[in-house]
Amino acid sequence: MSRGILVDVTKCIGCGSCVEACQEANGQPPHEARHFDSDTFTYLMDRGNDVYVRRLCMHCMNPACASACPVSALQKTAAGPVVYDPSRCMGCRYCMVACPFGVPTYEWNSPTPRIRKCEMCAKRPNGPACAEACPTGATVTGDRDELLAEARKRIANDPQTYYPYIYGEKEAGGTSVLVIGPKDPAALGLPTAVGTEPLPQLTWRALKHVPDVVLFGGVLLSGFWWLTKRKEEVAKAEGRYRREEDHER
Amino acid sequence: MSVKGWKLPRLGFWWSVAGILLVLLTAIAVVRYTKGLGAVTNLTDGFPWGLWIGFDILCGVGLAAGGFAIAATVHVFHLEEFKPILRPTILTAFLGYALVIVALLFDLGKPWNIWHPIVMWNPRSVMFEVGWCVMLYTTVLFLEFLPVVFERFRLGKALKLLAKVSPLLVILGVILSTLHQSSLGSLFLILPHKVHPLWYSPLQPVLFFVSAVAAGLAMTVVESWFSRRAFGRPIETQLLARLSRTSVVVLALYLALRLRDLVGRRALQSLFPLTLASWLFLAEILLGVVVPMVALASPWTRSSPRRLAIAQGMVVLGFILHRLNVSITAVEAATGYRYLPAVPEFLVTMGLVALGMLAFAAACRYFPVFPEARVVPEPEAAPAKLRQAVVDA
Repeated sequence: MSRGILVDVTKCIGCGSCVEACQEANGQPPHEARHFDSDTFTYLMDRGNDVYVRRLCMHCMNPACASACPVSALQKTAAGPVVYDPSRCMGCRYCMVACPFGVPTYEWNSPTPRIRKCEMCAKRPNGPACAEACPTGATVTGDRDELLAEARKRIANDPQTYYPYIYGEKEAGGTSVLVIGPKDPAALGLPTAVGTEPLPQLTWRALKHVPDVVLFGGVLLSGFWWLTKRKEEVAKAEGRYRREEDHER
Repeated sequence: MSVKGWKLPRLGFWWSVAGILLVLLTAIAVVRYTKGLGAVTNLTDGFPWGLWIGFDILCGVGLAAGGFAIAATVHVFHLEEFKPILRPTILTAFLGYALVIVALLFDLGKPWNIWHPIVMWNPRSVMFEVGWCVMLYTTVLFLEFLPVVFERFRLGKALKLLAKVSPLLVILGVILSTLHQSSLGSLFLILPHKVHPLWYSPLQPVLFFVSAVAAGLAMTVVESWFSRRAFGRPIETQLLARLSRTSVVVLALYLALRLRDLVGRRALQSLFPLTLASWLFLAEILLGVVVPMVALASPWTRSSPRRLAIAQGMVVLGFILHRLNVSITAVEAATGYRYLPAVPEFLVTMGLVALGMLAFAAACRYFPVFPEARVVPEPEAAPAKLRQAVVDA
């Protein structure tokens, strides 16, 4: 199974248990969470009228961060989470630049900095601490396909409550975290400029030409080298010939 | 070699400036390595790449492009008349790449892991390709400059050995440069929503490559002019003028590609309403490409080394503006995050430029960078002689 998380905004009461549990599970000091930073992997956006939208790493099916990482410090595991290995990381921060959701953060004030982000509690035996802590079922975890089916069912059964859109089903090629709610994603304050194409494809369209540049570039340049070298030799030989002619005269 | 032969540099105004910058560079390095990047930069989670990436890396690599362009001209296309400017150009390129590595040591969070891409692979990452290109091409540039060192110490055998593999090195250098220049553009392909449409393009790798060739040629001309002023070297006006004709063609190609791309993506309309980004775009295209292109097309400009240097200087500045626009202006405009480099970021950048100039001056002083005498006759002379020979026959 590939683990996912379903966030149902309509069920969230904004109690912040998920945030607390997250900080505890990741060994961070308890603090108010308003945006992602090196000690904050999840937070609630208060959208007014008792609507609270939870932000966390979306754990893309085809993550831009992992494709961008030159040393594979970030990886999408078969189990679902996108995990990070600080021992591989060079600190180039390309993952932060590449992420369309603005998730990875950096330890700016550390001489041995790490990239920081939610890893879906990949090493925790009981799965994500946030889902375990949620008292209302606003955050649940399970197999992504099953969660997707569950989300569809909830929307179909209660069209009055739900806006008929599953955020994360197609975003950036699909994400392991899914969000449903009472309004469209823009009104919920979720990043909407993401598009549905897996971002690594954009890179691959250029990167796939590298072997051809080497092959044809090599042949072409060697060819030019050889051709112009010949020309020079011929010119030299002709020059010699002419000098001999001059001599005879 | 007596100690007296190694002249100590005179302590002038510029030397003092460079000295102060290097002291500051060292001080900032100490803070950066003990307190982290946050202590010396204005970088944030929303704006993780700043001046060091935008200028030191993107511009440093681009301005070194003269190295492969001139090396290919001389050694692959056998246009040997360009030989007199080859060595200083290779030296500039090598120092450029060396400084890019120093800048990386500042910018990378964990620079002691800089070698990781050698063993930890991710061929799907543009940054992986960039890393390999930096490593390999710096090595190639070092080997391309090595004959100058061997010559200086009269190591004839080693010189001959290098001469044998030289064509291979040059071809490898051109391929690596092509990959590297373009891959710096490819870095931005994965963030379509974070780059303003005036600067986001699927053609980015091609645009980066072509503009780097233009910048490399421009840098060669500018640097020749400065070398003449600094070291009293005779300037190869004839060569620089020919090089600048090539510049016109490259700039025209770049302009055509750029405009075709903008029109094709219907991006030109995002010029309005006129914001700071729009003006920076116009400055980049008009002052950095169109004006110098038209100027260099005129023989009047090409007949004076000074006018050549001014026009090509505009190309260099336009190129720098393009790279900064892609990496900073366009990201600011698209994401809404603000970034202004902190003072230490400027100082490190200026310190690295000073370090490069000092190294260039030192290398010119102690190594035969500029050939003493002209080996190759004027380009016009050869055909004339040939014609004469034909008439005689």
